[in-house]
Amino acid sequence: MRIASEIVEHAGDSPLIIVGIQRRGVQLAGRIVPIVEQALERKVGRGMLGITLYRDDIQAAGQRPVVHETRLPPEIDGATVVIVDDVLYTGRTVRAALDEIADFGRPRRILLAVLVDRGGRELPIAANVVGMTVATAPGDRVEVRVSEIDGSDGVDLLREDG
Amino acid sequence: MSAPLLGKDLIGLEHLTREQVTAILDTAEPFKEVSERPIKKVPALRGKTIVNLFFEASTRTRISFEFAEKRLSADTVNVASAGSSVQKGETLVDTARNLEAMRIDMVVIRHGSSGAAKFLGDRIRSNVINAGDGQHEHPTQALLDLLTLRDRFGRVEGLKVCIVGDVMHSRVARSNIWGLTRLGAEVAVCGPPTLVPREFTDLGVRTFRRIEEAIEWADALNVLRLQLERMQAGFIPSLREYNRVFGVTRERLARASKDLIVLHPGPMNRGVEIDSDVADGPHSVILPQVTNGVAIRMAVLYLLAGGSPDWAAGGSDEK
Amino acid sequence: MTRPLLLRGGRVIDPANGRDQVADVLLERGTVRDVGLNLGAPDDAQVIDVAGLVVAPGLIDVHVHLREPGQEERETIATGAASAVAGGFTGICAMPNTDPVIDNQAAVGFVKAKGEAAGLARVYPIGCISVGQRGERLAEFGEMVAAGAVAVSDDGHPVMSSQLMRNALEYALTFGIPVADHCEDAPLAKGGAMHEGIVAARLGLKGIPSAAEEIHVARDCILSGLTGGHVHLCHMSTRGSVDLIRRAKEQGLKVTAEAAPHHFALTHDRVGDYDTNAKMNPPLREEEDREAIRAAIADGTIDCIATDHAPHHYDAKEREFDDAPNGIIGLETALSIALQQLVRPGLIDLSTMIERMSAAPARLWHLPGGSLGRGQVADVVVFDPDATWTVDPARIRSRSRNSPWLGEQLPGVVRWTIVGGRVVFDSQASS
Repeated sequence: MRIASEIVEHAGDSPLIIVGIQRRGVQLAGRIVPIVEQALERKVGRGMLGITLYRDDIQAAGQRPVVHETRLPPEIDGATVVIVDDVLYTGRTVRAALDEIADFGRPRRILLAVLVDRGGRELPIAANVVGMTVATAPGDRVEVRVSEIDGSDGVDLLREDG
Repeated sequence: MSAPLLGKDLIGLEHLTREQVTAILDTAEPFKEVSERPIKKVPALRGKTIVNLFFEASTRTRISFEFAEKRLSADTVNVASAGSSVQKGETLVDTARNLEAMRIDMVVIRHGSSGAAKFLGDRIRSNVINAGDGQHEHPTQALLDLLTLRDRFGRVEGLKVCIVGDVMHSRVARSNIWGLTRLGAEVAVCGPPTLVPREFTDLGVRTFRRIEEAIEWADALNVLRLQLERMQAGFIPSLREYNRVFGVTRERLARASKDLIVLHPGPMNRGVEIDSDVADGPHSVILPQVTNGVAIRMAVLYLLAGGSPDWAAGGSDEK
Repeated sequence: MTRPLLLRGGRVIDPANGRDQVADVLLERGTVRDVGLNLGAPDDAQVIDVAGLVVAPGLIDVHVHLREPGQEERETIATGAASAVAGGFTGICAMPNTDPVIDNQAAVGFVKAKGEAAGLARVYPIGCISVGQRGERLAEFGEMVAAGAVAVSDDGHPVMSSQLMRNALEYALTFGIPVADHCEDAPLAKGGAMHEGIVAARLGLKGIPSAAEEIHVARDCILSGLTGGHVHLCHMSTRGSVDLIRRAKEQGLKVTAEAAPHHFALTHDRVGDYDTNAKMNPPLREEEDREAIRAAIADGTIDCIATDHAPHHYDAKEREFDDAPNGIIGLETALSIALQQLVRPGLIDLSTMIERMSAAPARLWHLPGGSLGRGQVADVVVFDPDATWTVDPARIRSRSRNSPWLGEQLPGVVRWTIVGGRVVFDSQASS
């Protein structure tokens, strides 16, 4: 809810497109869009980004990579695009998403909204809208559950045990 | 980390599992979308060097691979070479060693000798993709055929597919037989007995002596190109007779179910194994096959590249 | 002059003289002096204790390719003879498809002289049936025999003309030599790389049908009947051929036959993933063919075992399957494979094995040896049928290494090979 309202604050006048990063970013984006549409009283474009093909580390993609669907509305140029993802960590996923969007067009502005920011950035990337911030160590895992995929909603923080 | 899906090379479909074949088809789906974009490129294989080593002339397969490679942002080099090692004067072994010395990441090979792809794959660390070795296999062709069937029917399992024509000399036929049986389709072959080996019945394939029976039975026909050499070698008396007896014509298809689809690996001999009005008609899926070909090849290159040789850079973690 | 040689206490297996017992063997002045219990030896005799080992007449191989003249990178007469004695062979017949071919007396003399110079196994030249092996006109059998040829063959090629084959069989009667035929209907076999069957279908290789061999086997049996000539059928590989030979023998025709170890040990499955060391002509066939060959060796339908030893350089075999040449080496593994595939499973006993590998070739091709009777040439093999050895490429004596048994552990170790009373191979000396 709060994320949605912050997005509304940033929205401005240009066409708004909310794009979720596969996989769980898509579900989160799906929930945000109706709230934003209601607040702005206008239609908001929606899309999904599969970023596997834009990763900078094909070896670590694993030897059984899964390539997810990418679907973006045609009117990217000049629009405000809000990227939605569940967890922001090293920043490499967002970098891949930025590259991919660039191959589709030239937005006026790109914003980033994430549910959890766990620190540990390896690139100079910051989120404009953050649901919650969690301090983590490199061995920890932060996993977001969404009911559409995992059966329930929630954020799990799994500390590396000694 | 799980084991590589496909290992180092793609030599054929004979030894792939159902899971592996399905994974390739599934991976090809998102690649279809890449070809629809204004910028038909993703950086997935950026910096990889791929050599298309074609010992047999083939424009269409080579171009298809080249597009697949370029759309993945790889650097490609085409090497066209005449005939066998003996004719060329440089053995396949030496060619292999040279490629390795140049740190080529992947090699796509088409060669006139059965077993040539495996021969190369066993001797170099680069990934090797078989684009057709003698009469043995042509895996990417069969995979795109399977994808085309799946697109049209929603599944491959239980489909009745008949391969028509010179099965004996066809690597497309062999790869299709493996791929189709692996995914649970029913496979038949139809053609003159001189061109359809008896032994294939041992692989669970049924044989039709007459094309009319095959058309009545099948959900899909995969029509193979009949080469002029076969007539010259005495397997059939003439191309004209072949068309009269085994040709896929509009009249024969008139009695088929309207859902029957016709595939052809190309290039077509119009008027020999297939008539023009069939090739250009409503049953034909020949053009979708070509589109699927690029997507399948992108998928195969992408899946193999995940397990590239040592000299590739290491990775970093997610998110 | 070689010292007399006494082999003491071995199991002497000499089927030509109906002997299988522990006894001493005394060799003197190049011949067998005596075989019996507790033989006395002359003072200057060398005595070798061979207790626990088998003492048999030296093995004789009627089908060997020695590659000299012209293809010496694969083998020479000397290296081939060395390979032979390492395998227990005291006599080998050299096929004439060298470069140039052996179709005249000078060439025959060359091979004979080279063999004698090597001083190891006895080398018996085989002359061509036709000039240049072109299948057009007969070579000079008489001149070649006078120079030392023991048989004629166009092996490497079939004799496609039945007229020529008939003439060869009739003409050879003058000299009492066998006409050895490579049975293959060339147009049927053309382009084939392996046996026509399910394995070839899967691998996408053109096959050679069994019919290609059987058609010529039938023809040769009929011509033997027509002419009364002795036809020797080379490298038999199919069950159909075996049936035809059996019938011919029932009719009393002068047909003899040989089979190679790979045809009673392996099948077309051995080609596996295009292994060129399983590529030969005639090709490895199906399990039923393999069994028929074994049964035929057991019942004597196939008279002898001959290796068709065919050396090829490593580079030649390191090629796409279609382009690789046919053949494998066999002199050093033949005895072991015979033990492993025929004796151990109980199909034949050791005495029959010696008969097929020594007595029969000598008898049928009228060669010295094959027997340890008094006065016979002192050609002897001493081997341990129970010991095992591993086929190590580095220790193969042939110049070539093209064998499907590389790295395998095989039974039967040759300990000594003696030619003309002289030890020409000692397994412990050569390391």
